[in-house]
Amino acid sequence: MAATSIPTITYRVPKRRHPVMDFIVNQPLGALGLLVIIAMCLAAAFANLVAPYDPLTLDYAGLLVPPSWAHPLGTDSFGRDVFSRIIYGARTALAVGFLSSILGSTLGAIIGVASAYFGGRTDLVIQRIMDVLLSFPIIVLALTVVAVLGKNIVLGIDINLIIAIGVPMVPKVARVVRSSALAIRELPYIDAARAAGFSHSRIIFRHIVPNVAAPYLIMLTAFVAQAILLEASLSFLGLGVTEPTPAWGLMLSGAAIDFYQQAPWMIIFPGVAISLAVFAFNLFGDSLRDWLDPKIKL
Amino acid sequence: MIPTLLGVAILVFFLLRVMPGDIVEVMLLGEGGAVPQNVIEAERVRLGLDQPIYVQFFKWLAGVVQGDFGYSMWTGKPVAYEIGIRFELSLQVAVMATILAVLIALPLGTISAIFKDTWIDYTVRIVSIAGLAIPSFWLGMIIILLLITLFSWHPPLTFTPLFENPAANLAQLIWPALAVGYRYSAVATRMTRSSILEVLQEDYIRTARAKGVFERLVVTRHAMRNAMLPVVTVIGLEFAFLIGGLVVTEQVFNLNGIGKLFVQAMTRGDYTLVQALVLLVATFFIVVNFLIDLLYAALDPRIRYR
Repeated sequence: MAATSIPTITYRVPKRRHPVMDFIVNQPLGALGLLVIIAMCLAAAFANLVAPYDPLTLDYAGLLVPPSWAHPLGTDSFGRDVFSRIIYGARTALAVGFLSSILGSTLGAIIGVASAYFGGRTDLVIQRIMDVLLSFPIIVLALTVVAVLGKNIVLGIDINLIIAIGVPMVPKVARVVRSSALAIRELPYIDAARAAGFSHSRIIFRHIVPNVAAPYLIMLTAFVAQAILLEASLSFLGLGVTEPTPAWGLMLSGAAIDFYQQAPWMIIFPGVAISLAVFAFNLFGDSLRDWLDPKIKL
Repeated sequence: MIPTLLGVAILVFFLLRVMPGDIVEVMLLGEGGAVPQNVIEAERVRLGLDQPIYVQFFKWLAGVVQGDFGYSMWTGKPVAYEIGIRFELSLQVAVMATILAVLIALPLGTISAIFKDTWIDYTVRIVSIAGLAIPSFWLGMIIILLLITLFSWHPPLTFTPLFENPAANLAQLIWPALAVGYRYSAVATRMTRSSILEVLQEDYIRTARAKGVFERLVVTRHAMRNAMLPVVTVIGLEFAFLIGGLVVTEQVFNLNGIGKLFVQAMTRGDYTLVQALVLLVATFFIVVNFLIDLLYAALDPRIRYR
């Protein structure tokens, strides 16, 4: 009897990459977006080092100066350096963008999870309210909230503007998170947790919330882009950030329109800044979705 | 449908009354002049603002149900008139933007899906991601800037109805439609692309190819038709919100439309006008949603509503 040789099988255990590395390798475009976001955050944080001039200093000797070595992006109708105002404007855009989307997404996630978990009549009432909010165009809802709340500036940021931009996101997040949470609620481990006598809040926060983290994070990033766009629109209408605070949308309104021909740089560069920021967050958000959970529809 | 609209009506009515400073103050004290208290009170009585809020609400609601939206508190003209004279313009821009978007999105999205991961696909995707990022009001400014510098020509500022003088009408309105339509087409292109990619995985596509159907027919007959449902949804929903989206763009092109009216009414505290406009947009949204559901059944016979 011939001895049968047992073929040796070599397993190659896939090396576990660090999640950040994995994201960069799998989603190069997303990594590019992240890079731009990080660069913007750094520029905003160290605006006083990056910007060559003070964004508020008026210079009546140098009005509407075209781009040059001294003023890389020119000056505006008050002689303020456009480049410096864009750098400082990143502060406004990112602060409003992050804070309002954190506010809107978190509130939406809480409502969505609660709605799914309690179900029944609670769910029905919450969903009807969300329906009402969803039938307003975002900008109309934001404008209404701005008008109702007025201004309330804390630490140089208009808290009410953040609320106005965050509120329209709530129903959308609540919808998506609710549908994820509904699926999770039916899983056996929730029954097990309930059978073990855990309280509602423990089940919600320890068992359901961690499992809806993916849609929450994805929506959060996507809404930063929307928030930046919305803030720019509101400021452009004169109902968002107000002078003299540097903000991209504000730089496009007012005087910029009157100087179409003499000073096109006044309207070109702030718009490029808005587009680049929104582009970066969209790119990152899209890739994050593909990476974490491609089935989620925004 | 009706409960949602009622919710919108209640929300908007009471939100506006929470607003600090009513229209009387904006109107009479706007220029910083001192106006005797009794004049202010008389004006409030005239506008019915002295009554308890719930009385105001039910009076207004009773009118709305009968199709009477009241009078603009600022101009004194009927709300229906104020909206009516501006509606045509906004609707036309919205419709033109939709046509542009559909004309661009369907072919581009399909081509991008067929040539997935080639340079054609990448170009289309970059163009459409850029469309989502570029604010339409800024694109509008750039369009005006280009028209001025390249052709030393500015779009006409006064509105001519389409059927009076189509050339003058289009010369004014095609630009805002383009500015709004770019973003719109970007949304629709992305949806078309992903929807077609999904459908191309289906078994019936493989069957069609296996039985020797021309690839062109596979795409147009088998893939595109089945991929249209989500695309129609996106186009419909975006159209419903387009009227709202025009708020900023109308400002750039100095168009006297619904969007501009809304901003004016909001800053003046013209309650009746804002209420009517919000209700109008919400109704529009809900009706479009309903129509999409109906269209679903027409496009896909498998869907039946009971």
